[in-house]
Amino acid sequence: MTQPRRGGEYDVAVIGGGLVGSALAWGLARSGQTVAMLDEGDIAVRPSRGNFALVWVQGKGLGMSDYAGWTKKSSDDWGGFADLLYQQTGLDVAYRRPGGFMPMLSEEDLQARANAMMRLHNQPDMIPYPYEVMDRETLRKELPFIGPEVVGGTYCPLDGHCNSLRLLRTLHKGIGMLGVDYRPNHRVERIEHRDGGFRMAIAGNGAGGEIRAGKVVIAAGHDGARLAPMVGLSAPVRPQRGHVIVTEKTAPFLHHPTVYIRQTDEGGVMIGDSFEEAGFDTTLQPGVSSAIAERAIRFFPLLGKLNVVRSWAALRVLTPDGFPIYEESKTAPGAFVATCHSGVTLAANHALTLAPLIAAGGLGDRFTPFSARRFHVPQAA
Amino acid sequence: MSKFDFEIAVVGAGPAGLAAAALAASKGASVVLLDEQAEPGGQIYRAVTETPVRDRKVLGPDYWHGAELMGPLRDSGAAHWPGTTVWSVARPREDAADGHRPLQIGLSRNGAAAMLTVRHVILATGALERPFPIPGWTLPGVLGAGAAQVLLKTSGLVPSGATVMAGSGPLLWLLAWQYLQAGARIDAILDTTPKQNWRAALPLLPGFLRSPYLGKGMKLMLDVRRKLTVIGNVTALRAEGAIGGDSALKSVVYTRNGAEHRLPADTLLLHQGVIPNLNLANATGCAQRWDEQQRCWRPTTDAWGATSVEGVSLAGDGAGIGGARAAEEAGRLAALDALHRLGRIGREQRDQAAVPFRAALDRALTGRAFLDTLYTPAEAFRVPADDTIVCRCEEITAGAVREAVRMGCSGPNQAKSFLRCGMGPCQGRLCGPTVTEVIAVERGVSPAEVGYYRLRPPVKPITLAELAALPKTDADIDAVFKH
Amino acid sequence: MFRRLPEIETALNAAAEAVAFTIDGRPAKARAGDSVAAALLANGVTACRNTPVSGAARGPYCMMGICFDCLVTIDGTGNRQGCQVRVSPGMAVETQNGKREVER
Ligand SMILES: Cc1cc2nc3c(=O)[nH]c(=O)nc-3n(C[C@H](O)[C@H](O)[C@H](O)COP(=O)(O)OP(=O)(O)OC[C@H]3O[C@@H](n4cnc5c(N)ncnc54)[C@H](O)[C@@H]3O)c2cc1C
Ligand SMILES: Cc1cc2nc3c(=O)[nH]c(=O)nc-3n(C[C@H](O)[C@H](O)[C@H](O)COP(=O)(O)OP(=O)(O)OC[C@H]3O[C@@H](n4cnc5c(N)ncnc54)[C@H](O)[C@@H]3O)c2cc1C
Ligand code: FES
Repeated sequence: MTQPRRGGEYDVAVIGGGLVGSALAWGLARSGQTVAMLDEGDIAVRPSRGNFALVWVQGKGLGMSDYAGWTKKSSDDWGGFADLLYQQTGLDVAYRRPGGFMPMLSEEDLQARANAMMRLHNQPDMIPYPYEVMDRETLRKELPFIGPEVVGGTYCPLDGHCNSLRLLRTLHKGIGMLGVDYRPNHRVERIEHRDGGFRMAIAGNGAGGEIRAGKVVIAAGHDGARLAPMVGLSAPVRPQRGHVIVTEKTAPFLHHPTVYIRQTDEGGVMIGDSFEEAGFDTTLQPGVSSAIAERAIRFFPLLGKLNVVRSWAALRVLTPDGFPIYEESKTAPGAFVATCHSGVTLAANHALTLAPLIAAGGLGDRFTPFSARRFHVPQAA
Repeated sequence: MSKFDFEIAVVGAGPAGLAAAALAASKGASVVLLDEQAEPGGQIYRAVTETPVRDRKVLGPDYWHGAELMGPLRDSGAAHWPGTTVWSVARPREDAADGHRPLQIGLSRNGAAAMLTVRHVILATGALERPFPIPGWTLPGVLGAGAAQVLLKTSGLVPSGATVMAGSGPLLWLLAWQYLQAGARIDAILDTTPKQNWRAALPLLPGFLRSPYLGKGMKLMLDVRRKLTVIGNVTALRAEGAIGGDSALKSVVYTRNGAEHRLPADTLLLHQGVIPNLNLANATGCAQRWDEQQRCWRPTTDAWGATSVEGVSLAGDGAGIGGARAAEEAGRLAALDALHRLGRIGREQRDQAAVPFRAALDRALTGRAFLDTLYTPAEAFRVPADDTIVCRCEEITAGAVREAVRMGCSGPNQAKSFLRCGMGPCQGRLCGPTVTEVIAVERGVSPAEVGYYRLRPPVKPITLAELAALPKTDADIDAVFKH
Repeated sequence: MFRRLPEIETALNAAAEAVAFTIDGRPAKARAGDSVAAALLANGVTACRNTPVSGAARGPYCMMGICFDCLVTIDGTGNRQGCQVRVSPGMAVETQNGKREVER
């Protein structure tokens, strides 16, 4: 393990060991930085363990074409990223990009979806990508199991999925191999900017003590909202609950991911998801699970017979407009915040693009649109 | 939602649940007793109303005591729904109009799921056999001793080929004794009780000498030892299939005094005690703690069985192992407390009625500490070597768990995410205790610090169609469709 | 390998309690009240499935509904817990080969 330099000081401390933090820590260590990754323990709010594992492009970025482009870039880089991880760790994160579907249950919805895709592509500075609006018959050729209510859907060849739990594990294995000092049970209570560096006070009920680093990256998911202002940043994120259901292992039959239903590499059918404003409560609501199940059966009636083996609710890390925040502090240079609600999709970008920039010292103008200052602009009269 | 289907739901029709339901209903409460088995009785009294083993000396008097619990249940007027699996207990979002906070039970019966609204739930979900992870324990032909006992009680089946029993604990001896009565074949009993346990248990012997188990237990053990080959001080064990194949058990290899021995075997029956079946309580949100003496997790309860979740109490072995008679009394105490909480009886009435039950409970628990200590399984059988499978569903080895710890996993939930251990259909019942202990030893901390899986409903699989057919509020539907 | 206690076997042969069913298409006999898992063991079938993970053979382990090693296909429905379902006349029990198929 790489030892921190100068009296216990690391080049960078990454706060948070979820998908965003570990992808960044991996990229930072690959860029030659000495890195400490500080994380909470076994039980924590950690949507990185409860997401839907899509590496998804279609439909993203309506309202911010830079986000659409950023998403497309990550999707384009994901295959190479998965290969790098495999070469390093021997673990296959099961990334596949067979193209994904968004099936629709009414003509009205399909029309609205088609319009949204068109508006997305008509935005200024939009980097176009291929997609199709399909009628029922065309869709049925690709997804033979659709139910009678499905009227059609949209398709985008860039969409894919992976095994996101294995991704998290692989990143953790990878950072270990790169010498990152991973510290679970190190919840950061406070960050102080002092003497040109940063001091992180670790919660007393965990390991306690202090970690020092030249730079700090806040990738603490929901806790970013609390931590960012300590170093002159802002991350106004809120939790949004999503229920997910998974079935028993089933022989492969669904060869494309769809927005709400996908078959995992292990065979389980993952079925999502809901959108609930419920604070930090992750108690399952049987009625919500039921609604998810019902919709899934309307899409694919043959799923009805499968046994549900697990279900859970996880909390999306959502900014007010749903787009990511990437920013370096003006008042405490060297402090960065990175947060997004598509940490799987964007993992390739975080590891291969964002981390090297942070290692090199700054994000540059390209990231201005992702600054949280967009939430503080006074409303035009 | 001010209407209740029942005031009290009791989950589990073993001694605890039978006694609880009968008492609560006899005092006028509306009670439903839910159990996934087709017949009441739980584990100890499995099939007591219909077992084909009519010769009473085979299963013994303790078994037949179960039949006495059926009359009171029938007379009490409690509804009994056999073949009903409970997969969730939760509180809905909103309070009812009358200010009460009902509980909702998710159940599955005859292939259809339903929600039941009740005011109080008594979980009497009993115990399960402690996982016994040895190399080869997944081979066909290797079963739990408790499982073999179920086969005897429900179907009159006994092993026919070469049969080896291995492990420790009262149930192992009981089964051997029942097999003796039935004339079944047992080639050997491999006793894994660690020698040093005797020393640790000795100071607790005075308690045990007053125990109701003493006479029965001693006679039974002496009988078995006289008539069967018992090989003591077994320190390692593995099950092997045919050379080069893994199709079915062929032999059992054990180590005694440092030397390996091999026994041919068609059936290997493993047992090292029972632990609480706490999945439902855990998924309901009941706090649990590590019990160092019984080396298992148990939900935290007060003297009445009340858990940390309001309106949910626990009775019987599901709250910590005390055996069938203790379970019965604990069921009655939980029922009294539920009646009190529902306003059917006053505090004094509850306390007074509890006196004989509490005395009987204390009697039933006398000597338990001695048994717990004597039969604590050796570490080698709780914390297996690297190549042993710990998670049977996902086929994850102890070595993989250790590697995850070295990568920084400090507890079973992160290990589950990384490895899938505990993610299969058994939902960690067969690996949870082992994973906790493997991590604890690897980290050099206590199991209490490591923690346990956080479970979520459904605790038993239900079909997607069943789930889809459940009632939903407008808010539930909007949460999914309006986005 | 399991056998019935002699007096039970005798009663069973008196037919009243016997249930005819099939295991992978072969005729088999059980006792009314047997679980499917017990009926398989009584008919000499110790391995009832192989796993979706490694393909290893498995048989019933707990007989109380918690281990899921007794999974079989019953009357065309895959992955059913053999120890939790009672055998019934004419029931078609099939050993479970790895992952379930979505259409069965
Ligand atoms: C239901 C659902 C479905 C989703 N589906 C997808 C999908 O299909 N595709 C996709 O791309 N994304 C999806 N997401 C989003 C994705 O899961 C998140 O974007 C991603 O997990 C966020 O990662 P994170 O690292 O920012 O946050 P987290 O996972 O929350 O990680 C933050 C980490 O920081 C730690 N931490 C918090 N506070 C501190 C502190 N003070 N000190 C130290 N450590 C701290 C936490 O313990 C945690 O480990 C989904 C999310 C949900 C909820
Ligand atoms: C396999 C086995 C065999 C045993 N044999 C003996 C014996 O012969 N002698 C002895 O003294 N002790 C025996 N024990 C120990 C046993 O734990 C106690 O003696 C006694 O049975 C405990 O009673 P109880 O009421 O707490 O639970 P149990 O008798 O275990 O009853 C619990 C009941 O709850 C039901 N249940 C559990 N979860 C659910 C759910 N989610 N939905 C619906 N129903 C559910 C189960 O089907 C079961 O019927 C055995 C234990 C096991 C595991
Ligand atoms: S044998 Fe364990 S679930 Fe059926």
